[in-house]
Amino acid sequence: MELLNKIFVAPFADMIAAPDFLMQVLWEGLVSGVLYSLIALGFVLIFRSSRIFNFAQGIMVVFAALTLVGLHEMGVPAWISVALTLGVMFLLAVTIERVVLRPLVGQPDIILFMATIGITLFLIGFGEIIFGGENKVMITSELGIPTGDIVLEPFGGLLILQHIDITAVLVAATLVVSLLLFLNKTRMGRAIRALGDDHQAALSVGISLQTIWVLVWFIAGIIALVTGIAWGSRAGVSFALEVIAYKALPVLMLGGLESITGAIIGGLMIGMLEKLFEIYWGAPLLGGNTESWFAYVLALVVLLFRPQGLFGEKIIERV
Amino acid sequence: MLYRTAGQFKTSYRADQALFPIRQDAFLLGLILVCAWVVFPLTASEFTFQTILTPILIYSLAALGLNILTGFAGQLSLGTGAFMGVGAYACYKMITLMPWMNPIIAILLSGVFSAGVGVLFGIPSLRIKGFYLAIATLAAQFFLVWLFEKWAWLYNYNASGAIQVPNLDMFGFYVSGPQASSMTQYYVVLTIVSLLTYLAINLTRGNLGRTWKATRDMDIAAELIGINLMKSKLTAFAVSSYIVGVAGALFVFMWRGAAEPNLFDIPLSFRVLFIAIIGGLGSIMGNYLGAILIVGLPVVLNTVPGWLGIHVESALLEHLNIMIVGSLIIFFLIIEPHGLNQLWRLIREKLIIWPFPH
Repeated sequence: MELLNKIFVAPFADMIAAPDFLMQVLWEGLVSGVLYSLIALGFVLIFRSSRIFNFAQGIMVVFAALTLVGLHEMGVPAWISVALTLGVMFLLAVTIERVVLRPLVGQPDIILFMATIGITLFLIGFGEIIFGGENKVMITSELGIPTGDIVLEPFGGLLILQHIDITAVLVAATLVVSLLLFLNKTRMGRAIRALGDDHQAALSVGISLQTIWVLVWFIAGIIALVTGIAWGSRAGVSFALEVIAYKALPVLMLGGLESITGAIIGGLMIGMLEKLFEIYWGAPLLGGNTESWFAYVLALVVLLFRPQGLFGEKIIERV
Repeated sequence: MLYRTAGQFKTSYRADQALFPIRQDAFLLGLILVCAWVVFPLTASEFTFQTILTPILIYSLAALGLNILTGFAGQLSLGTGAFMGVGAYACYKMITLMPWMNPIIAILLSGVFSAGVGVLFGIPSLRIKGFYLAIATLAAQFFLVWLFEKWAWLYNYNASGAIQVPNLDMFGFYVSGPQASSMTQYYVVLTIVSLLTYLAINLTRGNLGRTWKATRDMDIAAELIGINLMKSKLTAFAVSSYIVGVAGALFVFMWRGAAEPNLFDIPLSFRVLFIAIIGGLGSIMGNYLGAILIVGLPVVLNTVPGWLGIHVESALLEHLNIMIVGSLIIFFLIIEPHGLNQLWRLIREKLIIWPFPH
């Protein structure tokens, strides 16, 4: 009885008793959800256009953020280092396409997946040698991102909204909208989607596989940089950031591997639900730190009912 | 020349399906076994046992377990590390609850627990496929490691949260714990690994193995020709997790001596996956070749600069290691996506028809 009360009654009573705290929890969840969505978006883009499950997206976030901070430490002005970092990400995209992907065209999915794990390891070693392993501070104020906070008082309580979080949400929203516009309205975007639908058909109407792959990996690099800046200004930049890649995987499962909408909605859902679960159920009942697995279990349960995720393409199997 | 097959005729179907259709293969295996059982133990130093021989065997066994699931039954799993953990913790609990138990029996039994957990986490595979399943196995990975950390009963409420292997003896020899000699441990590992490998070879050649392969190649088609997918997938999960669990118990009891929950975290899973893939999915021997490469490489990389008289700082060396392993994985995938086993098969084909090109 006591246990049932703790599971089914007490958490909700807490929520109603302190709505301001609930809102704060939801806001925090929303912000991390936005970042999960961003990483998932990088995955989805690459998966849609090449069927490559890009495990390296997480390390690309770290690498982009480290390059940015590292360049700034060398005395390059903030905005120029952003431009240079974009250049580095472009070079990375070209190199990956040339060295890794091109020789592996047409191999089974698992081989390409392993290759991206190889890229991950390489980038970890490379990044540690060049930038060192210690935690660095993101150059938030140098980039002109406001750092204060807004204090609201709903229901007579406190609700603190950090400016960086608001900026992150706004920038992410802009990025998603412009990405959707790019994919749906431009020639290049249509080429990406065509390639995702059918490689051979796309090749036969003259779409260049190589160009599109470089482009897609570059876009994933841009997304990685934005994610890196946003996450880095909250938690600092180090290789510990890599773990957020593992947070994006259940988002993909929940939303569906091919779906951009799925990545966004899945990310927001997981961000908020895992915070709620941790605060109201995980910490009091299970000893805390449930965030490491909650998203996976949630996604697993959803997948049992919808094997293609919430928004994925319907799986049609033929013999 | 060495592999000339002239004069070796097959007169029955049975002979054609034998484990060693060519006499030289049997000879080669015999040579390897003699090396493993006699030559290495006589010549190896303490250091070699600890850093090369024992870990190679244990990692090969773990990769063999994963390979049965991923290479033979086609179910990609990223949770190997956690299943190794289940084996290790199960063994630890059995040994501490029942100290009179024979350690080898405890190790072999601990696989049963991980097989149970494996089947439980394998149930989604009936609905979920491909990369979705791979991510689903990560659920097992993260959940189990969290459980190892939070469920104090598992590590007997130690203040450190880690498990310490006690001194265990068998027939007057210490086989685990601080007092055990590396050579005894090596022999224990070698016995278990040889036994399980032999069983795995015959299992994959038999009815069950063919069912797995049919499921891997196309599960719907397999279902249409009358294969029970549930049985096929769940047995693959069970057998694979059993072997992985035993490997995990060996990993802690015969090699590491102590373990913290984060030892079984995702890097371990990936390490085993690398071995299986670089060795070759769907092969038995590949696991050994892959393990030799992945375990041996860092050792080589650590000693080579010393021989050449170049001093490299250890932190830099470690990062260089990661980088080189990463690029080698890509390199091997590019030159031979089917793994080292395929490379050996090609060499063997060439040797058989040598000196003629066709």
